[in-house]
Formats: sequence, C-alpha cells, structure tokens
Amino acid sequence: MLTKLNVASIYVLDKDEALDFYVNKLGLEKGSDFKQGDYRWLTVRVPGNPDVEINLEQPGPPLHDEATAEQIRELITKGALSGLVFHTDDARALYETLQERGVTDFTQEPIEHFYGTDMGLRDPFGNAIRILERKPVVATATA
Amino acid sequence: MSRDVEDLNRRLLRARDAMDRAYAEPLDVAAVAAVAHISEAHFSRSFRAAFGETPHRYLQRRRVERSMFLLRETERSITDICFDVGFMSLGTFSRTFREIIGETPTTYRDGHGPMVAPNCVQMWAMRPRVGVGELAPAEGGTKSSSFGEAAAASAP
Repeated sequence: MLTKLNVASIYVLDKDEALDFYVNKLGLEKGSDFKQGDYRWLTVRVPGNPDVEINLEQPGPPLHDEATAEQIRELITKGALSGLVFHTDDARALYETLQERGVTDFTQEPIEHFYGTDMGLRDPFGNAIRILERKPVVATATA
Repeated sequence: MSRDVEDLNRRLLRARDAMDRAYAEPLDVAAVAAVAHISEAHFSRSFRAAFGETPHRYLQRRRVERSMFLLRETERSITDICFDVGFMSLGTFSRTFREIIGETPTTYRDGHGPMVAPNCVQMWAMRPRVGVGELAPAEGGTKSSSFGEAAAASAP
C-alpha cells in the first residue's frame, strides 16, 4: 500500500536561479541540498509540510547527454513540461506579496471560481505554477 | 546557440501567455510581438516554429475556447459571449466558431453542459486544435485576422 507522495521533480535551467526563485520569490523553503561529485540533490518544499519535496533537476550530465539536455531545455522554455499546483490560504494577499517581491510573470491574476480563487504564474524558465485558495466544499464538487 | 533558442522560446511563451490572459482585449500582432521584444515579421515566424501555429490562429482558438466555456457554464447570451471573448462582430464570431467547431454556438450550447474540471485545466485542454474539415494545420493569416477584432470594444 502506498502511503504518500514524497518527491516530485521538475526540470529547471539552473539550480541556483531556481533556488532563488522558489525560496526568495515564491516563498518555499530549501529542503535537501547535498553535493556528491558533480551532482547536486536540491529540493524545496512548502514551509510546514516537510513530507513532500520538490526536486529541482537540471538537464545535463550525468543524467542526460548534451543533445538530450538541449531538447529538454527547449521544452522547458516553451512551457511544454509539467508544472506545480499549490494551495494557499489567501490568493489575493499572496498575489500582492509576489508582486512586491518582483514577480512579473503572471499567467493569470486571482480569479474566483465556484471551487475557489486561483492564479497562475511561471517560474523563470517557463514552468507553470498554479496556486489555489480552495473554497470550503459544501456539496459534492470536484475542485 | 542553444541559449539563444531558450531565450527566444521563453519570450515567445510570454507572448502566448499574454494572449491567454488578455484574449478579451483588443490585441494586434504588434502588441503581442512587443511582449516578446521581437519584430512583427520575425515574431509570427518564430511563434509558428515554436508552437506549430501562427499567433493569429492561437488567439482565434483561445477566443473560441473561452466562448465554448461560457456557452457551457453560463446563461449569457451569444452576443454577450461574442464580445466577452474579444470578437467585435457577431457575424465573425459565428462564422469562426462554425468553421472550427463544425456547429453553431447555439447548437453547441444545447449539446454541452458544464465540465467538471478546474478552469485552468479547461483552458489547457479544451482549446480546439484542428478545425472541422481541416486536413492539416492551416497556414493561418490567410483568413480574416482575429487580431484587432476587439479593437473598438472596451476591456471588461
């Protein structure tokens, strides 16, 4: 029996730049940061939620040959790879905070739906980030 | 070399995001190209190379997708929806909708109820890709441009 999701990975173009964005702009905290040889295992996570880590993976050796890495980098920057969805307790306040921290790449300002208020942005590389403030579920709605 | 491609892609994506965000507003190629900091001619060519369709076609189908959403989810009139999504005339909207979807907005509404998925998933997944009767992705730009459709409309 599986018990929980532990690590999800996303591709970024640069681990240092990703760490700066995800921690200093988006408000996550650094999880693991170990270096072994040339490889750096770097994760971030939602503060107070240490069980789920987001692995920031950079295409290239030793994971990929250079041609493969180049293909992945092109896909990242086209926004064609997977993204992340977070919950927040206050989407509009977070929107303000992110703007104050210099985030400009919003794909959607906060909009209210029957399931809650959501917003969208991109990380510096093109990955989609969605943030949802869920409305308390009254009936049998799927959010 | 590859860094240049990545930088160009990122800017093209930013322009595509602008169309997803501001489809209801007056948009022309120049305005969208400006988001990417690229000249108009180079922008349309590069956009097509990156995403497989012209910016005109991308925007047209975003507007049609949003109209489909409003037809499914709301009781708003066809005319209101036409202007809501950035078309400037009911005639252009109805013709474009029929060309792409193969039926009129009214018959589409009659046949489709609300979709149980978050709005972002609907935007992501429901934008029509290939229109009815199209054998291959159209050249785009050969038909009347939906850029500027909303030129005289006030933003919602």
